[in-house]
Amino acid sequence: MPVRSAPATAPVVELLGVTKRFPGVLAVDRVDLALLPGEVHALLGENGAGKSTLVAMLSGLVEPDAGTVRVEGRERRIGSPRAALQQGISTVFQHVMLVPTLTVLENLVLGMSWWRRPDRAELERRLAAIRSEFGITLDLDQPTGELSLGEQQQIEIVRALLRQSRVLILDEATSMLTPSGADELGALMRRLVKSGLAVVFITHKLDEACRFGDRITVLRLGRKVGELAPEGLAAMDQAAAVDEVVGLMFGDRSIAEARPTRLRKAEGAPILTVRGLTVTGATRLARVDDVSFDLRPGEILGIAGIDGNGQKQLAEALAGQRTVATGSITLDGRDITRDSVAERRRLGLRYLTDDRIGEGAVGGFPVATNTVLKEIGAPPFWSGGIERPGRIASHARELIDRYDVRTPDETTPIGRLSGGNIQKVLLARELSGEARVVVFNKPTYGLDVQNIMASRNRIAAIADASLAVLLISTDLEELLDVADRIAVMAAGRLTGIVANDEGARARIGALMIGRAA
Amino acid sequence: MEALLTAAFLTALLAGAVAAGVPLLLAGLGEQMSEKAGVLNIGIEGMMLMGAYLGFLVAFESGNVALGFVAGMAGGMAVALFMAILCVGLGLNQIVIGIGLTLGVEGLTALLHHFQFSTTYPRLAAAWRLPVPGLVELPVIGPALFDRHPLVYLAFLLVPLLAWLYRRTALGLTLRAAGEKPAALDVAGIDVQTVRFLAVLFTGAMAGLGGAFMANVAAGIFIPFMTGGAGFIGIVLAMLARGRPAWVLIGAVIFGGALSLTTALQVAGLNVPTDLIQMLPFAAVMAVLVLYGRKARLPAALGLPYVRGAR
Ligand SMILES: Nc1ncnc2c1ncn2[C@@H]1O[C@H](COP(=O)(O)OP(=O)(O)O)[C@@H](O)[C@H]1O
Ligand SMILES: [Mg+2]
Repeated sequence: MPVRSAPATAPVVELLGVTKRFPGVLAVDRVDLALLPGEVHALLGENGAGKSTLVAMLSGLVEPDAGTVRVEGRERRIGSPRAALQQGISTVFQHVMLVPTLTVLENLVLGMSWWRRPDRAELERRLAAIRSEFGITLDLDQPTGELSLGEQQQIEIVRALLRQSRVLILDEATSMLTPSGADELGALMRRLVKSGLAVVFITHKLDEACRFGDRITVLRLGRKVGELAPEGLAAMDQAAAVDEVVGLMFGDRSIAEARPTRLRKAEGAPILTVRGLTVTGATRLARVDDVSFDLRPGEILGIAGIDGNGQKQLAEALAGQRTVATGSITLDGRDITRDSVAERRRLGLRYLTDDRIGEGAVGGFPVATNTVLKEIGAPPFWSGGIERPGRIASHARELIDRYDVRTPDETTPIGRLSGGNIQKVLLARELSGEARVVVFNKPTYGLDVQNIMASRNRIAAIADASLAVLLISTDLEELLDVADRIAVMAAGRLTGIVANDEGARARIGALMIGRAA
Repeated sequence: MEALLTAAFLTALLAGAVAAGVPLLLAGLGEQMSEKAGVLNIGIEGMMLMGAYLGFLVAFESGNVALGFVAGMAGGMAVALFMAILCVGLGLNQIVIGIGLTLGVEGLTALLHHFQFSTTYPRLAAAWRLPVPGLVELPVIGPALFDRHPLVYLAFLLVPLLAWLYRRTALGLTLRAAGEKPAALDVAGIDVQTVRFLAVLFTGAMAGLGGAFMANVAAGIFIPFMTGGAGFIGIVLAMLARGRPAWVLIGAVIFGGALSLTTALQVAGLNVPTDLIQMLPFAAVMAVLVLYGRKARLPAALGLPYVRGAR
């Protein structure tokens, strides 16, 4: 646990009973929040808990429907981003807020005083001070768009420091960082609060909240469900803190622990047979090279490997979205190598893309339409080319019910739902009709803990229902949790397939770094 | 054929290119400012026409051409005000509103002109010229470039001035940010709507001035629909210029030259069908678009209304 700085007396910024409603959702519901100088305040909650909405209210992007905001004890209205900055509240948003076509210098001076020429010498002097105090260096003349997301985030932090902020908000700042980058950010936050800043660190990752936060506030469905003060946190060790927070987040500690249980073992002859599958790609990594495997009903075959080693190409080749150069795909004795996407779907081969919004759904269309997106024109939802909205709606309502999709109703545009709920809709769509083989590509990517667990359980249940599952994932834990066998993919090739039993982790590790198991 | 290569012909050709090119230059520079800030200002044709109409009317009634220019700018800005309120303030579709405004102004000016002058087309006295001492003595380019109305010089001076503004000043930075990523500008503390509003008004002023130049200097007369697509060519120039005022100038010279050549060839009485010659400027637009259209890089948020906090 980091050394805690002495608790400060009065909050810089205080939210009292703030509420924000969006069409169909109560995003933030009567939340109180006090930000103290010298403290990293971790704000924890699953996707859709209302964290970003809270940030938006603090940074002047939206105004609360009810409740008050106090800055240094006095009631204030934060009606615009400008007003927030004037109150000393700086924000590093969840999505980068830099202009990619401008240089780093230009982004730093943006909004400072638009009638005056930026004074480079003065800026460099202040940057030197920041460098010596916080250890951040920037190359001022780089075009911002060419920098990595981590570097862009540093620019935003430096910008906040240049503005002499009193409060710095970091919304999901670690989601685009590597684990070591996250640790560096943690150390930086420590230095920032030492200098007297109040830091708000927003995350949906439990361990980060416990590791970096002096105080932890937990949000759930827009409501504040608990707060752990520094006094209490300091008294616990990390495991106890995690336990405590899990309890707050889910109301039930067992959820995060529960491992999917598999009821049945794979049986019978392979339903999907892939032999020598080769797909040419633009780069050395983005291709599939001589891949062969069998998949039996009731079996989950995991594909492990570092992202970008041909996994997506393999999935798309199986789904029929990519042309196969050589090799064959056989589904239940029938060669489907040249069949169209629709034909494969009809035969029971289903594919869940990792690109849920870009490829899997039409964000602006209602949930109902998205449930029948792959059956446009086909009965029973269309008859003679005419759409039957009643049929589609009742079908959608049934799926929403069965898969526990959290949505106001079936007419809500799917893009408004959280990632976990979009995932449920897509899964519901893919499993409807006669599904026999399901290909998942990174199904839990970007979801929060609770939805990850629910998804894994659902995948296990699918296999238990005697469907064959190909599970592509970059998360080894996930594969070890549910898969029967695990193959490792590197540079487009399967370097080995191992049974998921004792010692599987070590053998997969060896395969991943290129040694035989 | 030799007649085409005499000094007199070349002078006339170049002079014509300037007369036709200056309104395009002003319109293109104006449009460029809007586009930089993220507003596709399709209403510019209407703004030019309003500038031409009001500019001519005031100059004719008051006998003061300078006052006419002021009125022309005001006319262009008045139309731009509608564009700004509807498209920036209310976030309505920029293409629909722009086309609507253009059609509206075309009808309105034709109607007003008909009421005021019926079918007569009164003329203004020949425009005032300000020869540049020394330079005016140069052969061919002297009389064509340096013996012109002051507005011509002003239009050319605007090119380096705007280039400096865009590249070197914080205001230029602000404009570019408004067109590339308005949300980033907003959270940096500058109101995107204000920036866009002012940019659209500037476009209106430039377009109105260009229109007034057409009526009061180049033609000396107002005819309904006289801008004849100059505003739209201005849009093409701004789009092809990749944000650089100098490229707007080059484009304006090419298109102005094509327009001027049309007139010159007709005057020279070449044995070519007039329809073919009149096609020239438009063929030039097409050729340039085919050659360079794909290289045009437009601001990422061009044409998209900005709504704070939306997602
Ligand atoms: N601009 C918006 N319009 C409509 N709904 C929104 C908007 N912003 C957020 N929401 C909804 O409010 C809820 C909270 O979202 P958000 O604050 O982004 O959660 P978090 O950041 O904790 O993941 C979600 O249900 C989301 O769909
Ligand atoms: Mg968020």
